[in-house]
This record gives sequence, structure tokens and C-alpha cells, in this order.
Amino acid sequence: MTSSSLQDLWLTYQSTVAFIGLNGLLALSVYTTLSCGQLSLAQAAFMAIGAYVSAILTFHSGAPFAVNLAVATLLPALVSVPLGLPVLRLKGVFLAIATIGFGEVVRIFFVNLDYTNGALGLTAVPQRTSIWMIYAALGTALFVLWRIRGSRAGYALEAIREDEPAARTMGIDAARYKLAMLALGAAFAGLAGALEAHYTYMVSPSTYSFTRVVDMLVYAVVGGTSVFYGPVVGAAFLTALPEVLREISARVGLAPGPLRLFVNGAVLLAVILFLPEGISSLPRRIRDRLRARREAHAA
Amino acid sequence: MGQQIVNGLFLGSIYALFALGYTLVFGVLDILNLAHQAVFMVCAYAALVLVGHLHLPMFAAFPVAVLLGGFLGMAVDRIAFRPLRGRSDSNIAGLISSIALATILEAAVVQVFGPDVERFPFGAVPTRSLKIGGAVVSELQIVIIAIAIAMLLGLTWLLRRTRLGRRIRAVAESPKAARVLGVDVDRIISASFFVSSALGAAAGVLFGLAFNNVSPDMGRSVELKGLAVIVLGGMGSMPGAALAGVALGLLEVFTVAWVGSSYRDAVAFGVLFLVLVLRPRGLLGSAALREA
Amino acid sequence: MLLSLQGVRRTFGGLAAVDGASLAVGTGEVHGLIGPNGAGKTTLLNLVSGLIPPTSGAIVLDGERIDGLASHVIAARGITRTYQNIRLFSALTAADNVLVGAHLKRNAPLWRRMAFLPSAAAEERAARAAALALLARVGMSERAFERASNLSYGEQRRVEIARALASSPRVMLLDEPTAGMNPGEVTAIADLIRGVARAGHSVLLVEHNVKLVMAVCDRITVLDFGKVIADGTPAEVGRDPAVIAAYLGGEAAA
Ligand SMILES: Nc1ncnc2c1ncn2[C@@H]1O[C@H](COP(=O)(O)OP(=O)(O)OP(=O)(O)O)[C@@H](O)[C@H]1O
Ligand SMILES: [Mg+2]
Repeated sequence: MTSSSLQDLWLTYQSTVAFIGLNGLLALSVYTTLSCGQLSLAQAAFMAIGAYVSAILTFHSGAPFAVNLAVATLLPALVSVPLGLPVLRLKGVFLAIATIGFGEVVRIFFVNLDYTNGALGLTAVPQRTSIWMIYAALGTALFVLWRIRGSRAGYALEAIREDEPAARTMGIDAARYKLAMLALGAAFAGLAGALEAHYTYMVSPSTYSFTRVVDMLVYAVVGGTSVFYGPVVGAAFLTALPEVLREISARVGLAPGPLRLFVNGAVLLAVILFLPEGISSLPRRIRDRLRARREAHAA
Repeated sequence: MGQQIVNGLFLGSIYALFALGYTLVFGVLDILNLAHQAVFMVCAYAALVLVGHLHLPMFAAFPVAVLLGGFLGMAVDRIAFRPLRGRSDSNIAGLISSIALATILEAAVVQVFGPDVERFPFGAVPTRSLKIGGAVVSELQIVIIAIAIAMLLGLTWLLRRTRLGRRIRAVAESPKAARVLGVDVDRIISASFFVSSALGAAAGVLFGLAFNNVSPDMGRSVELKGLAVIVLGGMGSMPGAALAGVALGLLEVFTVAWVGSSYRDAVAFGVLFLVLVLRPRGLLGSAALREA
Repeated sequence: MLLSLQGVRRTFGGLAAVDGASLAVGTGEVHGLIGPNGAGKTTLLNLVSGLIPPTSGAIVLDGERIDGLASHVIAARGITRTYQNIRLFSALTAADNVLVGAHLKRNAPLWRRMAFLPSAAAEERAARAAALALLARVGMSERAFERASNLSYGEQRRVEIARALASSPRVMLLDEPTAGMNPGEVTAIADLIRGVARAGHSVLLVEHNVKLVMAVCDRITVLDFGKVIADGTPAEVGRDPAVIAAYLGGEAAA
């Protein structure tokens, strides 16, 4: 392959590569709260806060981009604390619904905010994000989650996820851990929002809708939430899939939009029904299957 | 003012129909069926096809679409919920499998009809209107409110007076106990999905008629409002959902009149959020299905 | 007295599951709590461990009221427990379950682990070694790295005891620790309970196995329909006509 055709390839797919990283980070933000058994669907709102605040800083302050990103990471985490205090007392579906409500209120707030052009949002945001930044952010998030696993906090989180009352009788302050994970997830979402805004040149409220959170959740579940890197696998798979589907739909003459939707739905359904631990558990499953077959042979 | 109230009741009765179906399944299974909105949307398209392409009159198309909704609901149960029953994470898993099914249905509709808004043919929708007091009321609004009230009464009768209704309530109370008493729990759940989705389908057709607007994403905003309604009414409570549906309709109409249309949607979610934080049981308790 | 309950009452709907119960457990004492099915024993342990708040009455640990406190705070004050319907973290190994139990004893700031400091690694090694030592104490060395859900009933109960011991509690609450065990295992548990008490921990033991209770307890409280009907040494309680009546009544009904 010549270097120029490599370059063409890169030009064609670099935005896919960028979005794999961004979606991976967003999937991790859902996973982070899920890792102690909490389903928070406010992640799009945290993302919006990060995106808006960083874009405003870019427009109105001379602060370096790194400072913008830091603010966009910390502010959603701060906002998540007063949200989490009352809301994390809710269980299961009720928590999910309350966070959906919060997410919609935040989105509608931005739709009505004249300062940021209401429903149109901010356009011509300078491009500041490079792909390496996205992957550095993703790498950092993965690193943090990896180090939490197996630590004292990591065991506490697993205990809370499995049986919260029992975990508490072991002295684990479940409310504090849940709040901390909500804040960490909010930070990831805010950072992803800021990076995306400065990659796509724009911040528009419609980007941060319920549909977007559902996408994040789907990435996490399809990838698998029993290991910390599962959500990233899911995000990569489902973000790359449309590129493949585009080729296919052109050949068989179907509209790419519905085909993509259909395949997304079908993959999700298949995973939840037949692969409850997600596609990241496939290698292990195959290994187990092979070993079982070998043992059957030996016996 | 009178006009506002009429408009609010009209909108609210559609919300109520949608939410009744939503909350019925929650009451029985403790699970949110996020494919409810897809059934709502698909059945609006079904009515559109029956009226627009097969030239059925509306009063014939409506029950056909509602029946179709019921069967679609049973299919949703079969595909997205029954296989997950008994799994430890069935709560979140059911949420996700129903999202998956909704996505598939939406994709199918977009493939067949395209992504754009479709309208009922001229003449399918009554356009006359009358004056009651100071308010202008269209015939359509009256019909919709009447249908909603009739279905609400029918549902109350079904749950209170029939054997099926008693069994549905028994399963809602405790699936285990119901099974011990010889109730075929899977069949009752299936029946609940039929009733629930038939109500959702009715709401979909009426919604399409009311705004003369049928589109693949019409269910999405209603889905979130429906959530607000069932939380406000108390999860699983039938009377609560009906009441809260009407209340939300009125609240939205008055918000538009007094505050501005761009805040209409904020009302639903603001209320939703506050109710969950301040009074998670909703207006009418949590287990009111048993008293329905 | 280390732990005392004074007129503790808890109702569910109209029913008083625990109805004005008082009892006291001394330091290093094994205190038995017996009574027919549905007498309110588990409910009493739930009240002490803070899983549910009492309707009225006082629970005092070492001179301080603990009723109404959150259960993780009560654990931090030094009360841990096991469950009648075993509540291990089923996806974790036996050793990891014990590590969760050691939560209160561990002091390992997360940032040290993030920075790969040797002190963090050393702390982890020590905690792991302590967990394995506890598992050895309950005779579970061989099965330490097995998933909890793959363990037998008796093994799971032993892991639960190790998990409850991992925070070196002042009082350990055991809810029917020998249910489903074979006689050999029961003897081992009896020895273990005695050993725990000798080491200075108090034990509040709910048990249906009367022989075990008589053998290991210093004092026994008998509960019937939520009320204390007898309290004393095993010998005193064994002679008590009210206790005999309650038990015979219970058995005749069953
Ligand atoms: N959460 C609850 N809600 C309603 N009633 C309860 C609850 N917990 C316990 N009860 C009732 O309180 C009474 C005492 O139950 P408890 O489990 O404490 O008895 P127990 O002495 O532990 O019995 P067993 O020997 O069978 O374990 C029973 O009648 C039980 O039905
Ligand atoms: Mg008990």
C-alpha cells in the first residue's frame, strides 16, 4: 500500500476513530455509575454542561484548552453532587427515571438559554481537539477504573452492586461510594462533551437528548459491564458498524439510516438475550467452550 | 380560560391513555416497557394505511389498529421480556431489550414509510367545530375525549369485574402466590401486555389524528411524558395515571398560555423530578393497582 | 455491659415482631438467643445491626445509643453479623468476600494505588494474607479461591463467619450459623465460637440447635412472640417451665 493511499484511508476514517474514542469515554461514564448497581441516565446532561462551559470559555476567555477541559471535567462532577444526594436514595427504575427527568430539564434549559443561542446552539466552535487528546482522555479513564478494581474501594463497589444492605452491615458507606461514582461518571461525560464540541465545531442541545444516553447505555451493555473495558469494546463495535453497513446497504440497495437502526436494535437484543455479559466476554466463552471440548475428548 | 381547559383535557386524555398502558405493565411486572412508544407509533401508521390506502372509514380502522396494538404487545412480551424473567438483572435487562425492540420497529417504519411526517387524507378527520360557552371545541376533540373516557371506564370494569382482571391484580400483588393458586402467570402477563398495548395503540391513533401528524419518532416525546405521568400518578396506579395524565395536559396548556411554548416540556420533567425527590410514591401511593 | 437492649419494640403493620425485648451481652460472652419459629430472633438481629430501625426502645453499645444509626455506622462501632439466608457476594471468591469484610480495618488511600506506591502493594498483600488466615481459621483454606456461589451450604456459612470476623468486631451476631451443616461441621463451629469469645469478642448467637446453644453459651435469652420469656444460664433456662411450654407448644403445633 502506498503512503498516499494510507493517507486517504486515514482521511476517510479519522472521524470514525475519533468517535470511537468519544463514545468509549461516554460508555465508561454510564458504566462508572453502573459499577455500583446504579443506572443513571443523566449522562447526556453532564455532557452538555461540559460542552457548553468549555465552548463558552473558548469564546470568551483566553484560557488554554487544557484549563477549559479541566473545568468541563470538574463542573459536571460538582453538579452531580446536589443531584445525587436526593436522587441516589431511589432504587432501580426510579433512579433511571429521575435522572431522565433531570437530563431533559437540563436540555430544555439550554434550548431556552438565549446566551447560547437557544435551540440552535453554539456554532463555529474552534477546533481544538486532536485525536490523541481523545485517546489520552479515554486512556486516563480506563486507567482510573482499572486501578479502582481490586482496591479497597473496588471491593466496596462490587459489594454494593451485589447486595447493598449486606455491604452496609460490613461498614461500607454505600451512599458515599454511589455519590463518588456518580461524580466520576459525570466528570467523564463532561470531558467527552468538551472534547466533542471542539472536534465537531458545535454545541447544540439536540445532541444531548435522551436518545444519546440510550446510545451510551447500549454501548456499555453490548460491550459488557462485568469488566471495566467492556463498554469501550461495545462503543468501538457499534461506532464502526455503520461504516461497514454503509458499504453493505449501498450494495443491496437499502437506505443506510434504517438499516443501521435495525442492526443496532438487533445486535442489542441478541446480546441481552444470549450474551448477558456482552461481547467482551466472547473470547472467554469461546475459550471455556474449547477447554470443555478438549476435556471431553481426553476423558 | 375555558378554551385552555378544553385543550388541556383533550391533550391530557391522550397522555392518560398512553400512560395507563404503561403503568399497567409496570404494576404487573415492576418493569418499564420502553417499547410502548413504538407500539403507539406503529399503530398510528397502521391506522394511516387502513384509512389512506385501504380506504376504510376511521371508525372501522380504529378498532383494527387497537387490536393490532394488542397483539404487538404480546409479541413484545414474548421476545423482550419472557426470556429474561427470573434473571437477577431482569430490571435493567428488560429496559434494554425493550429499547432494542423499539429501535427495530422504528427502523422498519422508516424503511417502509421514510423518515418524514405523514398525514391522514383530507376528510378522514372531522373538521367541524362547535362553540360551548366561550370555547371553540372541535368535533374531533369531543370524540377523542369521549373515546378516552370510554376506554378508561372499560379498563376499570375489566380490572374490577372480570375474572381476567382479578387474575391480573393477583399477579400484580404476588406472582408467586398467584402461581400457587393455580393462575397461569405467563398467560396473565401476556394478557396484560395485550391490554396495555391496545391502550397505547389507541393513544397513538388518536395522537396522530389530533395533530394530523404521524412520524417515526412521534413516540419519543410521548414516552418521556408518559414516564412523568406514571411517576406523578404513582407507579402502577391506574387511577393515578389517568388523573396525572389529565393534570399534565392541563399544566402544559397553561404553561404555554402563561409562560411560553418553549417551556412546555420543562413542566413535565420538572414535575417528574420533584415528585421523585419529594414524594416518590406519587400522588396515589405505589400499589394502587390492587385497588383499581 | 457491652451491648444492651432496653424495651426494644418493632412492629410490622399491626404485628409486633419484637415486643419490648431487653437483654444484655457482656464482653467476651457468648449469648444465646433462642425461640420458636417466628419468635422475632432475626428481627432482633436486624434491629441491632441497623438494617431496620426499632419502633421504640433503646439499643446501647458500650454506653452509647446506637438505635436509629445507619447500619454502616453501627458496623464501624464494632457490630457485624451473618445472615440466616446466607448473603455472600456470590460473584466474588471466598477470599474476596472476606476482603470486603475487612473494609473497616483497611486503610489504603486510593491515590497510592493509582501511583503504584509500594506501600499500597504491601497493604494489599497484608490484607490478603489476613483474609486467608481467617479462612484457615474457619477451615476454608482449600476453597479460598472458589466463587462463593460454587460453595456448599456449610462452606458458605463458614465464609460468612470469616467475613464477619474480618473487621475484628466487638460484637458478632450469628443468625443460625449451623443450619444445614453436618455434625462434624457443627462441632468445628462450636469450637470456633468459643475461640472467638476467648479472644475477647462477644457473640450473640441465634440457633435452633439446642445442644449447641447449651454447650457454647454463657447465657441464654428466650424469645416467644417477640417477648422475652426467660433469661439466664443454660442450666436455668433448661429448667424453666415457660421455656419448656413454649417449645413443646411450638413443636405440637408444627
Ligand atoms: N420485613 C417484615 N415485614 C413484615 N413482617 C415481618 C418482617 N420481618 C419479619 N416479619 C414477621 O415478624 C415475625 C418474626 O420473624 P423473624 O424472622 O424475626 O422470626 P425468627 O425468630 O427469626 O424465626 P425463624 O426461627 O423462623 O428464623 C414473623 O411473624 C415474621 O413474619
Ligand atoms: Mg430467623
